[in-house]
Amino acid sequence: MTKHRLFWPAAVLAALLLANVAFTPDFFAVRIKDGHLYGSLIDILHFGAPLILVALGMTLVIATGGIDLSVGSTVAIAGALACLHISESADPGGLGTVLTAAGLALLVALVLGSVNGFLVSRVGVQPIIATLILMVAGRGVAQLVTDGQIITVTSGPFQLIGGGYWLTVPFAVVLAAAMVLLTALLTRSTALGMLLESVGGNPVASRLVGIRAQRLIALVYVFSAVCAAVAGLMISSNVSAADGNNAGLWIELDAILAVVIGGTSLAGGRFSLGGTVLGALVIQTLATTIYTIGVPPETTLVFKAVVVIAVCLVQSPKFRAKLSHRRRSGARRGSRSESAAPANLEVGR
Amino acid sequence: MLRQPVLEVHGIRKEFPGVLALDGVDFRLFPGEVHALMGENGAGKSTLIKVLTGVHESDGGRVLLAGRPATITGPLQAQQAGISTVYQEVNLCPNLSVAENILIGREPRRLGLVHWAEVRRRAAGAVAALDLDLDVSMPLADCSIAVQQLVAIARAVDIDAKVLILDEPTSSLDRDEVAQLFAVMRRLRERGVAILFVSHFLDQIYEICDRMTILRGGRLEGEYLTSELSQRQLVARMIGAELQGLEGLSDSARQQPAAPGGAGAFLRATGLGRRGAVEPYDLSIRPGEVVGLAGLLGSGRTEAARLLFGADQADAGTVRVDGEETVLRNPRTAIGHGIAFCSENRKTEGLVGELTVRENIVLALQAARGWTRPLGRSVQDELAIRWIRALDIRPNNPEALVRNLSGGNQQKVLLARWLITDPRLLILDEPTRGIDIGAKAEIQKLVAKLAGEGMAVLFISAELEEVLRLSHKVGILRDHRMVAQLRNDGGLTSELIMETIASGAQG
Repeated sequence: MTKHRLFWPAAVLAALLLANVAFTPDFFAVRIKDGHLYGSLIDILHFGAPLILVALGMTLVIATGGIDLSVGSTVAIAGALACLHISESADPGGLGTVLTAAGLALLVALVLGSVNGFLVSRVGVQPIIATLILMVAGRGVAQLVTDGQIITVTSGPFQLIGGGYWLTVPFAVVLAAAMVLLTALLTRSTALGMLLESVGGNPVASRLVGIRAQRLIALVYVFSAVCAAVAGLMISSNVSAADGNNAGLWIELDAILAVVIGGTSLAGGRFSLGGTVLGALVIQTLATTIYTIGVPPETTLVFKAVVVIAVCLVQSPKFRAKLSHRRRSGARRGSRSESAAPANLEVGR
Repeated sequence: MLRQPVLEVHGIRKEFPGVLALDGVDFRLFPGEVHALMGENGAGKSTLIKVLTGVHESDGGRVLLAGRPATITGPLQAQQAGISTVYQEVNLCPNLSVAENILIGREPRRLGLVHWAEVRRRAAGAVAALDLDLDVSMPLADCSIAVQQLVAIARAVDIDAKVLILDEPTSSLDRDEVAQLFAVMRRLRERGVAILFVSHFLDQIYEICDRMTILRGGRLEGEYLTSELSQRQLVARMIGAELQGLEGLSDSARQQPAAPGGAGAFLRATGLGRRGAVEPYDLSIRPGEVVGLAGLLGSGRTEAARLLFGADQADAGTVRVDGEETVLRNPRTAIGHGIAFCSENRKTEGLVGELTVRENIVLALQAARGWTRPLGRSVQDELAIRWIRALDIRPNNPEALVRNLSGGNQQKVLLARWLITDPRLLILDEPTRGIDIGAKAEIQKLVAKLAGEGMAVLFISAELEEVLRLSHKVGILRDHRMVAQLRNDGGLTSELIMETIASGAQG
């Protein structure tokens, strides 16, 4: 069972959740209040939804051997544009206004993603550099859109996206779940997934086999930007405001981390959407844990780093092999006085 | 000769997911001998070597170094224990100098800084000890593959190796270079180094080796003195059956010495060339015709073939497919015309290691259809299972990862990938290099059969016998130029081809 790809991400998530019970006995309790589901688990899903979306797009980019650092800026730009449109509209609460705003955000994401895709696949810029451009410039664009201010909006339909509920479930969770399912369907019931893995696993061979790698690569950057834009809508909707400076700040790093925890190699090739979702939930659970067990604010980052390092080590087959090897040989000999090393050294001299 | 073996293993076991690679293998190596490790692809040779060098950890068994029990936990410990390895693909750093490559990781230091003069002096010494004439300050990338191979050996020996493992060092060397390598090996043997030698060339084994250990299907078949086992017996023990395949082949493959008549050329290249790769050449291939390309390594065989597949773009000349002029802009256009290309570099240019056998087999077909029109899973399974059976790919599990397969089986996967696209021209670049006799015979038979069914084949190989056996026409390259095209109508011999290669004269 431990050989299943999702075993370790799932085990880590389970361990983190159980650890919370020690501090908060009713951690797993979910109850209905005012027709809404309430509880820590629901919070994790709710606040983790944007990260799941961003990590989803990131997974496909990483599968091709690339990386997308610009998603945080895309989150900010999408939120800023949507809020600006709504705030300047005559009818901020109208459904039409909100749909136009969302459409606008997605359209700009298409453009931003196309720029990334063009730079990487056609011009041949290294992905980390190509997307770094937009990561830095995009923050500036978001600030320009909001004019350096925080734009607040009051709009019922807009607030639904990130803060509302649908059949007792947070709407953001429904949206994220739908996107995950759609992506899984798109990659696994077409040949897209296999061809992406081929391009990431061996680009030279993929060219010789006749795969249109350029198109596929451009496509994943566009997809990543669209995912980021939806996440941007969620984040700004949840607080009914657009903050060009802080919205989606460093989310690209959390997303990359989620992908890696989920078992997708940064070198490209095999990817796992299920793993990515688990990875994103691990990170969100960790964030929640930090609050519930009351880690002092000045040490939260250190705490997070330590847990992340531990998670990565636990997932490394090499590290586990070393650990169990040490334990086994320790148990066999009883004492560690005689190790295998002396024999090696003597022969080696 | 009851000396103490320098290296001895007992009952070594190694299991990979779905594959029992080594099953209780014994092996011993004495100082001052050249010992051949023999076996078909997938017999466990590479795995045993990787266990000995600490790349893989064995799942059971004992290792004795000079009579003392030892555990080899990694390549570094193996090196410290005096076991050095030179792999088929040279694993040095081409961007560093020869001297740096020889001493990297063990640079002599002075005041904490690298003592460069001493580095060069010691490297020169190491090179001279092998009787090589080489400027050690030259970048490794400027050396031929053979010299790189020898530099790797110089490095290995300089680490004070008691055991030197050479894993197919000769597969990309020409005759003189092999002779040079063997001279170095003999010198090392006199010094008491134990050499483990892996090669698919039986003549080389018989020329250099004292003893051999034969593996079959992950088990020990036996250990023999080279002088006591004939080549025929050796082959029979490797494949575990009497040889009928190879005997029958020369008749079946050469059944049609005359090229199939009638049909016009499927592909005709006129003045096709690319600066720096291959000078303009003419070539035509008819349906059902096997055209061989012969020439030394680096003579431009691969470069000529890559132009016909659009892998590199020609900067001169024209290509006509079915009489119509086309530009082969990239592999995709060539594939659209029914051209398939099995690269000689299976790992870097052919297979996607982390995908399964099934996925690798359907990849070309799926790429041609585009991602929006997927092949159904049942269709994929059926294709994979059919071709695994047809080509006897082992293990016969379509979900095995391709990188866990042995070289010969990987080659078959690559062949299967292109055969399911039903190509009209199949370009095979060294399809039998580094694979064992049984698989080699199977692939040769397959080529003859496909041509018999009307497929055009461009067959590139360094082995002249193989080219002669299969081809209707042989193109000969020398120094990036097509110097001759000879019909194989009975009068053509490998001597004649060699003469043409040597003289460069039009035959």
